[in-house]
Amino acid sequence: MLNTNDILETIRMIETEHLDIRTITMGISLLSCAGGDPKGLADRIYDTVTKKAENLVKTGEELEKEYGIPIVNKRVSVTPVSLVGAGQDAEGFLKVAQALDRAANTLGINFIGGYTALVPKGATPSELTLLDTIPEALASTEFVCASVNAATTKAGMNMDVIARMGHIIRQTAERTQDQQCIGAAKLVVFANAPDDNPFMAGAFHGVGEGDCVINVGVSGPGVVCSAIEQHPEASFEELAEVIKKTAFKITRMGQLIACEASKRLDVPFGIVDLSLAPTPAIGDSVARILEAMGIACCGGCGTTAALALLNDAVKKGGVMASSKVGGLSGAFIPVSEDEGMIAAAKSGCLTLEKLEAMTAVCSVGLDMIAIPGDTSAAVISALIADELSIGVANTKTTAVRIIPAIGKKEGDSLSFGGLLGDAPVMRINQADPSRFISRGGIIPAPIHSLKN
Amino acid sequence: MKAVITVTGKDSMGIIARVSELCTEYGANIVDISQTVMQEYFAMIMLVDLERMDVPFGVFSDELDKLAAANGLKIHAMHEDVFNSMHRI
Repeated sequence: MLNTNDILETIRMIETEHLDIRTITMGISLLSCAGGDPKGLADRIYDTVTKKAENLVKTGEELEKEYGIPIVNKRVSVTPVSLVGAGQDAEGFLKVAQALDRAANTLGINFIGGYTALVPKGATPSELTLLDTIPEALASTEFVCASVNAATTKAGMNMDVIARMGHIIRQTAERTQDQQCIGAAKLVVFANAPDDNPFMAGAFHGVGEGDCVINVGVSGPGVVCSAIEQHPEASFEELAEVIKKTAFKITRMGQLIACEASKRLDVPFGIVDLSLAPTPAIGDSVARILEAMGIACCGGCGTTAALALLNDAVKKGGVMASSKVGGLSGAFIPVSEDEGMIAAAKSGCLTLEKLEAMTAVCSVGLDMIAIPGDTSAAVISALIADELSIGVANTKTTAVRIIPAIGKKEGDSLSFGGLLGDAPVMRINQADPSRFISRGGIIPAPIHSLKN
Repeated sequence: MKAVITVTGKDSMGIIARVSELCTEYGANIVDISQTVMQEYFAMIMLVDLERMDVPFGVFSDELDKLAAANGLKIHAMHEDVFNSMHRI
């Protein structure tokens, strides 16, 4: 028979340490829907998504019951709409957004990602049209998520798009002011966006992907935190071992569920995303892991080193546990979705500048951070440029998902509820970067020798 | 498939009987069982074979949930593969 301790350990992980499968995300190619009039396009997209994912929620719920593991979200990501809808006008793109929203509602999923443009080097007229429709699309839909890949290590940084995104993020927040500016929480600007990311809001089904895949994102900050707490005197080598072993176990469960979901849905298994994704629940926080390592308050000196250790050990443990790893893979540090981050930000210990430094060593970026409502578009663009340059220079994914809290100031907070949590409005350096941002053009791709 | 059922809670008379009765009713054959009482705290782990179960596993685990709620117990029923994949290389 199975070892009693192993059984009890697994039950404890689920019962008290919030171990769960964070998301099963079905990636669906919409390339075959492209072309034609807006209505025909929207109808084909609705039909394709609802047909391919018709059993997604049901299968997720069955697996949840059978394996006794919570599967928190069932989601869909689609081919970037800028490609499927190339040549459409604003009205056409918005029809597509509505069709995606309707499809999500029919399926019973909680988000659908892929209102996306990939524009790291340049943008076509229809890609620019799509970007400009983002505020309306996010304000008029409930489930649609948008993302923009504005920079890559190979192409450099598209500063024209980054300058535009400052305005778009502000407009999106303004359009949803009566709902805690939630539109901006569904919009991500990326550098080096992955094609197979199962996590929202940045999920889309990359052009290099097949017709349909199942990607799974695991979670488990509480499990890692509790494992670390059991070794208060451990050296760093021992600490890394503890994290690796825990990450291995978490990922094996993700792999099991991913394979089983893939078999039952008759859709190829894509990847397992080895991420530590926090929730606002007590005991499910990445910040608390860093504190368990010995940092008095997340954001203090030592935080970046602790996070680097954590991120690396999670990947090392997880890689062996899964046959295919991808997506964002690493520790997430979304402020509003992490009880410990919220507390650290409120106390003033965790600042935006420190968060930016932390993103250099983990996935994914400046995530779910509320900033004062009067922050200018230029400051937002410059913040995006800073963050994306970290990704471009270090050949990694970075992203920005910030929420201008319209009508609010530092010290206030936005309350989204659910997994999105509560975002304390954080201080941001308001020195005017508009002359820098208005230059226009591309910041050239970085050199990859002479590394210092 | 095989499933692992764990039952924990305050000890009382007839816990094993009630759980086994439900297993029999739904065609879950008990393959292995280990049980102990520590300071009035009841803990049991059962391995059951579900080959002869004629309802979906979810229905059975819902019934176990009801039994748990009615008797102030915690019952988990999970596919054996969860433990195999997590704890075996």
